[in-house]
Amino acid sequence: MTDRAETLARLLELIAPYNVRGVELSETTRFAEDLELDSLTVMDLVANIEDAWDINLPLNLLPELETVGQVADAVVRLAAR
Amino acid sequence: MTDLLAKFDRFAAEHQTLLDAGLLDPFGVVMEEVLSPTRAVIGGRETILVGTYNYMGMTFEPSVLAAAKAAIDRFGAGSTGSRVLNGTFAAHVGVEAALREFYAMDHAIVFSTGYQANLGMVSTLAGKGDVIVLDADSHASIYDGCKLGHAEVVRFRHNDAADLDRRLGRLPKEAGRLVVLEGVYSMLGDVAPLKELVAVAKAHGAMVLVDEAHAMGFFGPHGRGVYEAQGLEGEVDFVVGTFSKSVGTVGGFAVSNHPKFEILRLVTNPYRFTASLPPAVVAAAEASIRCLMRAADKRERLWAATRALHAGLREAGFRLATETAESAIIAVLMPDQEATVAMWDALLRHGIYVNMSRPPATPAGVFLLRCSLSSEHSREDVATIVDRFIEARASLAAAAAA
Ligand SMILES: Cc1ncc(COP(=O)(O)O)c(C=O)c1O
Repeated sequence: MTDRAETLARLLELIAPYNVRGVELSETTRFAEDLELDSLTVMDLVANIEDAWDINLPLNLLPELETVGQVADAVVRLAAR
Repeated sequence: MTDLLAKFDRFAAEHQTLLDAGLLDPFGVVMEEVLSPTRAVIGGRETILVGTYNYMGMTFEPSVLAAAKAAIDRFGAGSTGSRVLNGTFAAHVGVEAALREFYAMDHAIVFSTGYQANLGMVSTLAGKGDVIVLDADSHASIYDGCKLGHAEVVRFRHNDAADLDRRLGRLPKEAGRLVVLEGVYSMLGDVAPLKELVAVAKAHGAMVLVDEAHAMGFFGPHGRGVYEAQGLEGEVDFVVGTFSKSVGTVGGFAVSNHPKFEILRLVTNPYRFTASLPPAVVAAAEASIRCLMRAADKRERLWAATRALHAGLREAGFRLATETAESAIIAVLMPDQEATVAMWDALLRHGIYVNMSRPPATPAGVFLLRCSLSSEHSREDVATIVDRFIEARASLAAAAAA
């Protein structure tokens, strides 16, 4: 499942439970500013994403992944590896 | 001009709210005098210390104090040098010899703190192209070691061997792997299933580093740590430890049987670009480690005190983070920040000093009042601690009802 659109759709499903503020979720939703995820929640979400695609999402990448779209790109790239 | 400190305004405001409420500052306690491993004068009052990690009560051990005083006379107050230039004295060599003996390992290297030991070991062992796989609840010094180095960093779910297995299985075959674990996790005081975790790491060809900061002296037949208690000698590649807890002074170290270990002295920045420990400190550490080789009585008293506190607090209706007294850390679970700070404050006013911990330092967002025991806490001390917990809780309930 590495198709970009499919990946994004699945990603939005995984993020939904963490969207406690009820913001509209899209490509451009930002994790820190819009969803206000703290570091512990991020850790949980990252682990779920890793398991969904059977990939490792290294911590070193996280600072660059600010939006949902950027994570979708990273997942597509890592899943193809 | 952008005020670079403005980004901390939220923390400053939160802290100020606490002080404005008339509560004592949980991060600003001053000990005016230290009377023993378990007693200090705080705010003019004798207080029982229940959060110091002074597990083996070595801070006032006569042979340790004598060694420190003799080292000051023999070597002076400080080294004014790094371990590789001007800063290695006979006392530094002596403590490394004591560590090799204590752990029955071929190599020991001493850093200026345990924090720096992890910074140095983690950042240097795993380089570019290698992968560090660490437990999600790892200590800040391990995370910072990851940031200092150039390896890829992957986390696995706390103490979850199946999760570690999956993550290692996803790595490219050619990547060097370092799995980083702790024997005891200091927030909840839970012990790692090292046997399972190390077996998984080895099956994937990883080297293993275990931080035994909270286990030295009282886990395993020789007090080497949880890895020894679980029969893993020869399986763990590197053990990291600290002098700031069971040893009762300050400093950090790593021990290993790896034949190429000594080269780390020349390539590890947190080892070579900082001053070596003062001679009094390393001499005290050596004397203390030698005492810990024969400390069966202290061990026994520590475990007895730990079990008694766990049982007493549970009996009194407090919720504890572990079902049994797994380590010498007993963490009391609190519902929220307000209740935690209020109880912490009430305890100190009742002459009991424990540690307050809250997210993000704690895992899973829990609020904790953390107790740690010492071999020097008597049976009566433990009973007093439990009584004061009950009284402090009652005083808060009374204040709330008024
Ligand atoms: C697990 C762990 N590792 C390392 C350290 C750092 O030790 P030190 O106090 O010697 O810097 C600590 C304690 O703070 C710790 O809890």
